[in-house]
Amino acid sequence: MKKLKPIFWDYQDVAARSHERLFNFRRMWKLTVFLTAGVALIPLISLAIVDYHVTQRSIESENLLRTARLVSNTRRSLFFFFAERRAALDFVVRQNNFVDLNIPGALGQVLKNLKNSFGGFTDLGLIDPLGNQRNYVGPYKLLGKNYSEQDWYREVCERGIYVSDVFMGFRQVPHIVIAVKRSLPNGSFYVLRATLDTKRFDGLLSGLEMAGQGDAFIINRKGILQTPSLYHGRVLQKLSLPVPEYAPKTRVFEEKDANGIPLIIGYRYISATPFILTVVKHKRGLMQSWYETRIELLFFLCISMIVILGVVIWMATYLVKKIFLADQNRIATLHQVEYNNKMASIGRLAAGVAHEVNNPLAIINEKAGLIKDLFTFKKAYEGDKKLLDLVDSILASVIRAGTITKRLLSFSRHTEISIQLIDLKDLVEEVLNFFEKEAEYRSIQISLEAEENIPKIKSDRGKLQEIFLNLTNNACSAMEDGGHLDIRIMPKDMKNIQVTVTDDGCGIPKEDMVRIFEPFFSTRTKQGGTGLGLSLTANFVREMGGEITVDSEPGKGATFTVTLPVNMERKEGNTACEYS
Amino acid sequence: MRILLIDDEEELVSTLAERLSYRGIDADWATSGKEALEKVTETSYDIAVVDIKMPKIGGIELKRMMAEKYPGMKFIFMTGHGSEEDFRTGSEEAGAEYYLVKPVDIEELTRKLKEVLEK
Repeated sequence: MKKLKPIFWDYQDVAARSHERLFNFRRMWKLTVFLTAGVALIPLISLAIVDYHVTQRSIESENLLRTARLVSNTRRSLFFFFAERRAALDFVVRQNNFVDLNIPGALGQVLKNLKNSFGGFTDLGLIDPLGNQRNYVGPYKLLGKNYSEQDWYREVCERGIYVSDVFMGFRQVPHIVIAVKRSLPNGSFYVLRATLDTKRFDGLLSGLEMAGQGDAFIINRKGILQTPSLYHGRVLQKLSLPVPEYAPKTRVFEEKDANGIPLIIGYRYISATPFILTVVKHKRGLMQSWYETRIELLFFLCISMIVILGVVIWMATYLVKKIFLADQNRIATLHQVEYNNKMASIGRLAAGVAHEVNNPLAIINEKAGLIKDLFTFKKAYEGDKKLLDLVDSILASVIRAGTITKRLLSFSRHTEISIQLIDLKDLVEEVLNFFEKEAEYRSIQISLEAEENIPKIKSDRGKLQEIFLNLTNNACSAMEDGGHLDIRIMPKDMKNIQVTVTDDGCGIPKEDMVRIFEPFFSTRTKQGGTGLGLSLTANFVREMGGEITVDSEPGKGATFTVTLPVNMERKEGNTACEYS
Repeated sequence: MRILLIDDEEELVSTLAERLSYRGIDADWATSGKEALEKVTETSYDIAVVDIKMPKIGGIELKRMMAEKYPGMKFIFMTGHGSEEDFRTGSEEAGAEYYLVKPVDIEELTRKLKEVLEK
């Protein structure tokens, strides 16, 4: 996770003043991500949701429509089936009169003809107005039976036609009865009754091809199955579903069965019969292809969202990082300019002091020199060894003070950028001179090792001084009294020279290692550290085309390694602070 | 031989002149460019030791003025400013024989003067 975290995430430039700190990078990143992702994802998701519902609804209504069409077509076939048989019986009673049909052989011939023409006829009976079966051909002995008290007989007398529910016949085969009434002109009438097996209209239903575990069957108005069903029971069993209410037209509705499985049920009351044609389909089966499409759609949506989010996050991170780096550069430049100005001021001050001190120093030098001359050249003062020693001591001090002013001048003059040929060893020695006294007081041992045949490098003197001054100063601050400071100069390769500054001080904690070169990062803020030293040192090294690394073990010391090119290529835009 | 020391610090030049006299060198001194130019018209000098930084007429300008009038004159520059390196380059460009950084070492000055005279 740490690796994935962008560099600006936890960044807080506490030292940058309000006019320098323009951006809150984390907020900027969040805003970019949320806005862009929102603008991209909200329409996508809304569209997907709307499309999902529209498609689902259209598929559902398509299923209902298809079921309704199936029910409607099948009903027509069934209706014709009954109409045909009724018409046949009607024809028989119209073609023959009661007397003709009352002849046993004649009724037998009619049954035979019906069987041959239509099939499925089992028996025929002729009944007089009193309800007595006057003639009968068929497998039962029903001749002479009186039906006047039976419901079906009353109904046929009343309405002229009767179609019975299905019942089990003598061979345990389901049958129905169709009876027709023939009214005579004299007001009398008779009834022809026929029994049919249901094979024919079972065939009409079982031949239907239906998707989604479709099941077509007929029930009567009490919900008893009149034809076998694939999934809802056998003939004459009670259907587990409720009987749909009467409707003059085909109807389709959705319902759940006892197990909670959603069903699509289409039905139609078949007129002039007690039958209701019912088609039951499993909704899930019908929607199967939609469910598959739905998964693909969801998968596509998820992939799109992931891709969009990925691109948005990557873009936001990339852009904010760029802005962050630019801002860092800006702040660093501001600090650099500030620091350069400060250095220039210090340089000017040092030069001024050196000049002012130099003149009186020169006079002291000459006056003391004159005294010495007097002792040397005039006989009168000859031999006063004590006075001579005093004068020598004054002169020695003058030389020492002179060295300091010369060094100050030389140092201050190099705050400007100028590339010259430099012997690194001499330069480091020059820098170490500044620490001579401190090292002596604190008994710090300083050692400088330089390999032979190190080429002189073309570089900026002032900046190099600054670099090693900072590193040495840092090392000295990190060490207790009596520490060791080692500086080694060695060639790294043909084009680079490497200088290591090693101390045996307190070292740098691991968590600070990454930030050690950041501006205003200091562990010595309480002791007056500005946190600028190392950041500027690193800047200078980079300006000169070199690089600086640090290696440390807390408690054991630290090693700073500076690699410098032998030929410094002057970069454009260096801020030179001219000074004289 | 005649030497003229020029520096705006009277204490410095007078003492230098006295010390040089102990070493067998006869030296006059002036505390400004104007005074130096006057002295040059009165007496002829072999060498002028000039401080570069002086009020009104600076060392380099003074050298140019005197070199025009007396082409045979030699010059040695002194300065309390800047590093030896810069000063050396500057002095050579200005046409000085030698350069010295203050505080001046009297033995070195004596040696240089003698060298220049011998040339």
